[in-house]
Amino acid sequence: MNLAIRDIRYHRGRFILTSIGLGLLLGVVMSMGGIYRGLFADALAVLNATQADLWVVQQDTNGPFAENSRLPEDIRYRIASVPGVAQASPLSFQTIQIERQGKPFRFYLIGYDLNGFGGPPVITAGRNIRQKHYEMVAAKAMNMELGQKIHLGLHDYTVVGITGKMVSSSGDPAAYVSLADAQDIQFKKDNNAIRNDRARIAAKVNEIQIISPAQAGFLNQNITGITESTHIVNTVVARLAPGANLPDVQDRIQRWNHFRAISNEEQTHILTKGMIEKAKMQLGLFRIILLVISAVIISLIIYTSTIDKIRVIATLKLIGSQNRVIVGMILQQSLLMGVIAYGIGYGLISLTYEKFPRRIVLEPIDMQLLFLIVIVICTIASFVGIRKALKVEPAEALGG
Amino acid sequence: MYSIEVDKLTKIYGKGETAVKAIVDASLQVRPGELVAILGPSGSGKTTLLTAIGLINEPTHGKVILDGAVVADEGWLPGLDLKRIRREKLGFIFQAHNLIPFLTAIENVMIALEINHLTRTEAKSRATELLASLNLGHRLNNYPSALSGGEAQRVAIARALANRPKVILADEPTAALDTDNGKNVMSLLKKLAVENHSAILVVTHDHRMVEGFDRIFEVRDGVIVQETQRDV
Repeated sequence: MNLAIRDIRYHRGRFILTSIGLGLLLGVVMSMGGIYRGLFADALAVLNATQADLWVVQQDTNGPFAENSRLPEDIRYRIASVPGVAQASPLSFQTIQIERQGKPFRFYLIGYDLNGFGGPPVITAGRNIRQKHYEMVAAKAMNMELGQKIHLGLHDYTVVGITGKMVSSSGDPAAYVSLADAQDIQFKKDNNAIRNDRARIAAKVNEIQIISPAQAGFLNQNITGITESTHIVNTVVARLAPGANLPDVQDRIQRWNHFRAISNEEQTHILTKGMIEKAKMQLGLFRIILLVISAVIISLIIYTSTIDKIRVIATLKLIGSQNRVIVGMILQQSLLMGVIAYGIGYGLISLTYEKFPRRIVLEPIDMQLLFLIVIVICTIASFVGIRKALKVEPAEALGG
Repeated sequence: MYSIEVDKLTKIYGKGETAVKAIVDASLQVRPGELVAILGPSGSGKTTLLTAIGLINEPTHGKVILDGAVVADEGWLPGLDLKRIRREKLGFIFQAHNLIPFLTAIENVMIALEINHLTRTEAKSRATELLASLNLGHRLNNYPSALSGGEAQRVAIARALANRPKVILADEPTAALDTDNGKNVMSLLKKLAVENHSAILVVTHDHRMVEGFDRIFEVRDGVIVQETQRDV
């Protein structure tokens, strides 16, 4: 006869409520793990989707994700000509915040060369960008319809395609436009700003006494051309030719072109160790605290439940029951509670994880590990009850 | 042969100046089929005597023999499996029935049988039979909370009888019952003692119930002061 099941069946209301409470707590622990994994997935989403071997950025920076990096667009040709480089493509990144339906809405805009790589990895609806201007592919999380327009900078952009779960390292949904459009949005000034800049440059050039008015006009035109140029990118990504030696290519780019060439592995390290390390530690600590709380709660429940059964245990001992029957009853109850609570937590998180504002990634290995931890916690927690039960004297069954 | 033999049993709690003699030089014998009472006021040591006979409380001195086998002689005999002896030879009836609240009436009886290694089918069959013989056939699947005091005590008696013990020890079995139910329980115990040929030793301070006993041992301050043979 299974006494644990009989007891649970008799006190099912109390047991179910306790399990639900514990399940909610374990659900939070699972969500913490999911957020932790989600941070990684978010941080590496663009990096992985780009499938580059090298990220060429401004010298002495950790760009383009961790630090600002600005490069002239035309260095793509110099990078492409480095021995060992098969393909080079410029990319631009910027975070944009606009008003949408009366609320602030942030997203991450990626500009890419339509003939290069680094564009949307998948198209789940609509099509990819075909025109050089005014078309956009938005991530699903942006909640935009095909054909919907969005005003950015000086122009309207039409959503022609939807991509998957692309986000920035801070979790903002991503949108793709052509590199030219991204540069316009990021760097093109409005007409008033252009007029003011031109007047300021002309005034400065005209102050130079040693040049003629014709030379001043020529100089003015060139300086204006440079300051109004939008041909700037944040990084040039490169893919290596088969058999190319990565350190050699990196070294060549850094030595002769005075840029920093970051390998994909280094970029992963910058993103995961540098940018989300503290968040990771915070979540890890929070998980540990929640698990300790769960352990304390389970211990208290089992202990209280054992105290409630002192007379039952004493009676069982008096009628000759072996200790393993009593130990089994307490241990099984503790484990059952843990397993049911885990199931409730898992069910809850499985039903709700897609509704979280940030990505929750439920890795099977994390779930299995948590299950194992719950089993260990329940086993250890049951020891307090078992210890109490083993100390109960059969004589306690006597008396009124 | 006696089912219970106690010879000069002494139980002392504590040591030195704080030592308390709960039972001093108690001797008694109970034959199979006999219903015997240990009568005395609260604190007289009657429950201590019962627990020493029931292998719960180790005697300090003296001898206890159950069903012909010595179990205690100046303390428990070394190597004895007390739980096994309790399981196989003793049945216990308590003041407050002590039924397990989350088991039904039949399960409360079955648990005693399953602890004694009977199969589930055998246990169920014997428990059903026992409860039916105690007029509880219609209460098999009721939880203790749904039984009256008398019914619960009869289930407890069925549990005590389940393993057909040679010795039944009862601690104030009528204390929580009204007079009618108490008398019913006493006549049931008397009937079982005779039918099953069991020795039944009952601890009580309830003078209302003395009529049904074959013999009565009166205990005061840890000493058996009187033995009364009743003609029943």
